[in-house]
Amino acid sequence: MDRIVEHLWIIPALPLLAAGIIALLKRPHRKAAAALAIGSLGLAFLVSCVAFAATLHPAAGAGTVRLTHNFAWFDLGESTLRLGWLLDPLTAGMLVMVTFVGSLIFVFSVGYMAHDPNFTRFFGFLSLFAAAMLGLLVANNLLFLFMCWEVVGLASYLLIGFWFQKPEAAAAAKKAFVTTRIGDLGFFLGMVWLYHGTGTLLFYDKGAGCLEQGAIASLVAQTTLGGMAVSTAISLLLFCGAAGKSGQVPLHVWLPDAMEGPTPVSALIHAATMVAAGVFLVARVFPLLGASAAGLPADGHVPHTAALAVVTWIGAITAVFGALVAVAQSDIKRILAYSTVSQLGYMMMGLGVGGPAVGMFHLLAHAFFKALLFLGAGSVIHGCHGEQDIRRMGGLRKAMPATFATYAVGMMALAGFPLVFSGFWSKDEILHAALAWSPSRLPFALGLFGAFLTAFYMIRQMWFVFFAPSAHPAARHGHDTRPDAAAPHESPPVMTVSLAILAGATVAMSLLATPVWPWFHAYLGGHLDHLHVGWDADGAVLATMALSTVAVALGTGVSWRLYSRSATGTDAVERLVPRLFGALRGRLYVDGFYAATVFRLNRAAATAFDWIDRFVWGSLAGSTAWIATGFSWLGRLLDDAGINPGFDAGCAGTRGTGRLVSLFQNGQTQRYLRLVGGGIVAIVVAVAWTGKK
Amino acid sequence: MTPYLIVSALLFSIGFAGVLTRRNAILVLVGVELMLNAANLNFVAFWRHGPNPAALDGVMFVVFAIAVAAAEAAVGLALVIAIHRHCRSGNVDEASGMKG
Repeated sequence: MDRIVEHLWIIPALPLLAAGIIALLKRPHRKAAAALAIGSLGLAFLVSCVAFAATLHPAAGAGTVRLTHNFAWFDLGESTLRLGWLLDPLTAGMLVMVTFVGSLIFVFSVGYMAHDPNFTRFFGFLSLFAAAMLGLLVANNLLFLFMCWEVVGLASYLLIGFWFQKPEAAAAAKKAFVTTRIGDLGFFLGMVWLYHGTGTLLFYDKGAGCLEQGAIASLVAQTTLGGMAVSTAISLLLFCGAAGKSGQVPLHVWLPDAMEGPTPVSALIHAATMVAAGVFLVARVFPLLGASAAGLPADGHVPHTAALAVVTWIGAITAVFGALVAVAQSDIKRILAYSTVSQLGYMMMGLGVGGPAVGMFHLLAHAFFKALLFLGAGSVIHGCHGEQDIRRMGGLRKAMPATFATYAVGMMALAGFPLVFSGFWSKDEILHAALAWSPSRLPFALGLFGAFLTAFYMIRQMWFVFFAPSAHPAARHGHDTRPDAAAPHESPPVMTVSLAILAGATVAMSLLATPVWPWFHAYLGGHLDHLHVGWDADGAVLATMALSTVAVALGTGVSWRLYSRSATGTDAVERLVPRLFGALRGRLYVDGFYAATVFRLNRAAATAFDWIDRFVWGSLAGSTAWIATGFSWLGRLLDDAGINPGFDAGCAGTRGTGRLVSLFQNGQTQRYLRLVGGGIVAIVVAVAWTGKK
Repeated sequence: MTPYLIVSALLFSIGFAGVLTRRNAILVLVGVELMLNAANLNFVAFWRHGPNPAALDGVMFVVFAIAVAAAEAAVGLALVIAIHRHCRSGNVDEASGMKG
């Protein structure tokens, strides 16, 4: 058991190694790069499965399996910074999901990126991303988690901007990086505060970790601004980071733009794994969020704390906002992106009202079917030669049967079609928990409305892409000889196989969380040993299921009716409520709002600072310089008037003497000798003269 | 002893005049030899009419001086040849490289 957690580092190290090797490969080594990336992640998947198996059998009476392995990293003066690996059901479930979905997406990428000249670089970045993401999952230290978190952000930046020659992609990469950085600032501050408050960043450390009883009790006892408990303040700061990464409402703007990256990237990073990191973070520090004066959140009971209320509200608003905007988008990937925003909102809401098990199950279920949908969208785009506007597709049901079938599975899971799709059960649990949430019923209503909208926009998308009369020129005019207008075609098997496996996983997932056999709940809660099979749900569950089924049916019905009867061209909703549709298409003007406020404020501040620089600091520096210039003028005058003339005179005298003396130095030895002779004569005469006296 | 000294002084003056006025380097050397021998004559004269003529010390001086003068003449001639090669003439006033 301990062996496994000690060697948990192998899982992130494998793709990291692959990334390092791929970075050294040359461009033409495409096969080697792909094989390395897929092989390393596949191996990581196997190791993850072993780790997962280890968490299945908790020791008797231990509750949750929670294995840790801590070690010292380096000494910082008096204190030692310690890192560690953590293996618990949360980590294990995510590890298996990330490596499994990741491997499939890697395989899919081989087909999707087949024509790209930078194929090796792509796989290098993907491996780097996988390494960082897996490192984030196994970390038992908030600092290490944060470091991986940032590397994940970097990989996301690199991959969104993979086609950096496109200006939109470069701009989207920058936007993603900067927006998440705003959230990360909160994360960082929260982390520093947590370290200040508890003196450790290890999550679990035999009772001394920052998520354990002692540390949290002391954080709850202290209060800060406005009587807020320190634990709440730290939780909210950490949630800022999670909201940035997971595209929650004020910071969601980067996620739809991130679709400029290659589609496998959108599937892996911006749907299945990275954006879920924020949800994972909240689930990881859930004891902190749920901490109240009463103590740590107990098993199966979710407390009502201020921090969790914020999470719930933000999540509910995001869920509806994303679904609303998705209704009016026409880019196939952008619809899915807003759908991701909406689903991430559901996850946050699930965490807030139902605790980690509810939120995390939706995360895992969503990872599978959203990856499936994105890869399906990638297959559609690939088959339509780069076309992304759903209004110009249509009739692909016949041209791409495999894609259609798998896409339909993903779509039904996302929309929450009853009984055999994982999305139905996971969303139902969230709604059920929201119904039982005592502070307010509004999140439940928002969630239900979101479910209706989800069914609505997914049917709209399905109709446009697969059912509508084909808008393709080749299909309409019979024969078109332009090469770019070739008829849509089904994708190669390397892509469709991934789709089929993901579709299978989506359906299989539904078995794990039904009220009949709530395996996942029991697994995450740590009481697998007394998991009982059978119907023991209360009436509320049944009511929720009925209500959500009605919502989904309503969404499906309304959407199908509206769209199947409308002629191609304008959108049916647009004809009904043009102004609302326009607002939704404009993404409710959030981007415009930011452009008008934050950007303008930023620019105004920049102008103000420019002005201050120019006139305040500039004039200060100028006057200082002026004074210095004055002094130097004075010094020069003194030099000119006092020192120079004397020195010049001395020089002139020396020069004159030298010139005079050099007249004798004509190089004629005889003249020198003559002078010597004259001198001797003079001395002799002088001696003779004095001798006479 | 006075006639010796007068001869010696004349010899010295003639040699010195030759050194100062001759342009040919060889003749300058000849002048130098004259001056040298004026000094030798003085040594001998002062020894002969000095307080201890039996001690032969004046003669010793002169013998050494003559020997050294021979060596000096050889060095001098070598210098003259070197100067001649360098300046392509035997005139001392053309060897004015030390001009300041």
